[in-house]
Amino acid sequence: MGLKIIVLAKQVPDTRNVGKDAMKADGTVNRGALPAIFNPEDLNALEQALRLKDKYEGSTVSILTMGPGRAAEIIREGMYRGADGGILLTDRAFAGADTLATSYAIALAIKNMDYDLILAGRQAIDGDTAQVGPQVAEKLRIPQITYAESINSVEKKTVNVLRRLERGVETVESPLPCVVTVNGSAADCRPRNAKLLMKYKHAHTVTELQDSSEDYIDLTADRPYLKIKEVSAADVNADLNWTGLSGSPTKVKSIQNVVFQAKEARVLTADAYEIEELVKELIDNHTIG
Amino acid sequence: MSNVFVICELEDGKVVDVSLELLTKGRSLANELNCKLEAVVLGKDLKDIEKQIFPFGADVVHVGDDERLDPFTTLPHNAVIVELFKKEKPQICLLGATTMGRDLGPRISSELFSGLTADCTSLEIGPHTDKKAGKEYTDLLYQIRPAFGGNIVATIINPECRPQMATVREGVMKQEICDANYKGKVKTIDVASILKPEHLVVKVIERHMEKSKVNIKNAPIIVSGGYGMGSKDGFQLLYKLAEVLGAEVGASRAAVDAGYAEHERQVGQTGVTVRPKLYIACGISGQIQHTAGMEESSMVIAINNDPNAPINNVADYVITGDVNDIIPKLIKAYKKNTK
Repeated sequence: MGLKIIVLAKQVPDTRNVGKDAMKADGTVNRGALPAIFNPEDLNALEQALRLKDKYEGSTVSILTMGPGRAAEIIREGMYRGADGGILLTDRAFAGADTLATSYAIALAIKNMDYDLILAGRQAIDGDTAQVGPQVAEKLRIPQITYAESINSVEKKTVNVLRRLERGVETVESPLPCVVTVNGSAADCRPRNAKLLMKYKHAHTVTELQDSSEDYIDLTADRPYLKIKEVSAADVNADLNWTGLSGSPTKVKSIQNVVFQAKEARVLTADAYEIEELVKELIDNHTIG
Repeated sequence: MSNVFVICELEDGKVVDVSLELLTKGRSLANELNCKLEAVVLGKDLKDIEKQIFPFGADVVHVGDDERLDPFTTLPHNAVIVELFKKEKPQICLLGATTMGRDLGPRISSELFSGLTADCTSLEIGPHTDKKAGKEYTDLLYQIRPAFGGNIVATIINPECRPQMATVREGVMKQEICDANYKGKVKTIDVASILKPEHLVVKVIERHMEKSKVNIKNAPIIVSGGYGMGSKDGFQLLYKLAEVLGAEVGASRAAVDAGYAEHERQVGQTGVTVRPKLYIACGISGQIQHTAGMEESSMVIAINNDPNAPINNVADYVITGDVNDIIPKLIKAYKKNTK
């Protein structure tokens, strides 16, 4: 039996890598200095998908991502590791979406695809909300399994999953299709494969091809697997009242930058008053508490 | 009447701490909004469960007692709560940011098309002006949370959609009995009339509680100890500090080699590389093997009795002195300034 697996992935700024050089002099984040990466837990989800593909002959793994044009990078990255292809959901109408408007758009794109199982990372490191997986499941009216540590098997149209909870683990079963979100504590994703890298390095979206230099030879005519499909809001018949900012019930009222102090270390004594002042400062700048 | 709702979570028949903390917060929000506080408890064998909840100031406890609601699975809980909310139309709904709350919350918010903010660190009531639309709002829930890896703090609002939903982690809000003799009403939810076969397709096959794995890689705060902690017992102090701060305990190679801590806690070249928001290095001299694994931490506090320890070179704050003296002071100062 072959499974049709969709992996939801997001390109995110590497917020874990906010070293001291990524902070501006005023203590705010220098977003430009942060590299854009494959959301780490989405890689854990990809690995679970690839393991199922290895186990069940005839299975396919497709990456679905929503983002700007350059997010096609993570589809290629997924293909280098074993995914068969991907779809980039991209449109200005999607900009400013909160998790619900994002889930609406992703669910519409999925409705046009053939699928048995949808995998995603538990959460993305830029927002840490863990909401898109369950909300996509709700929009598709299918079951969800969150906090997965491993997908044990898919037999008789039923997926068996090990979940990690606060104080233990549980094994659950759900009929297909369903959404499974995978924890960072699950197995790491396999590295790039050299052969796949050679095979897919010229995989591009139409927009990327249009933007490349004129003497670039388009290989996609002979090799259709090099075409990364781009899908717009119109392609999925999105109602624009439900996408982007207008489709987002939550609004950002204000943003406060957390200000980190200068590099020069401040030296304190073991005096209780000094320690309490430090603790108050850490609470005030949201480092703790 | 549009009220504040708290969805309570149970463990072995007891309402868990985070739910009691949210009831405490919910009570104060309800007072400010001049509305009622209502709680929802779903599970089985829930006789007298309301007695655990009323002292926190709940005016109504909605009880859904049905064996199909235990152990927790998403769909039946979601179905019952969505039905209840369609009828009761809460203005605010709070859930614990637990594996249950973070599984259930998004599903409910998606079905009701109401906004949800995860992992709030503060909840306040306030007004909002939408200049573009020329609209004024009063009594909105400000959902305040860190974002972008903790580098910014955002205030989120849901001007139009109800309920305004938020999850909060355990230990963030304080827990306080409002009145030990507080009397509210119990309302029984007719679960049987809501649940349909399609809600019961996900089955828990096996459940087994264990000590959770050490996960220092993703911990936002790490309290790390070195050889200078002196002994395995000395490390207990670090666990105490970690517990109050919601941190994980790390260790230097020297401490692991001396048997003070397990290998999976080791930070450095031969251990794990970590980039937490805050790294507190206690009794660690700071050899390059160690600092290579933690120097990208956003903030480092070094506690050491050697004023010239190399760890001080990568630290933002240096506290010179005895760890056994300083750590209790940190714990005391933290408790005093938070709860």
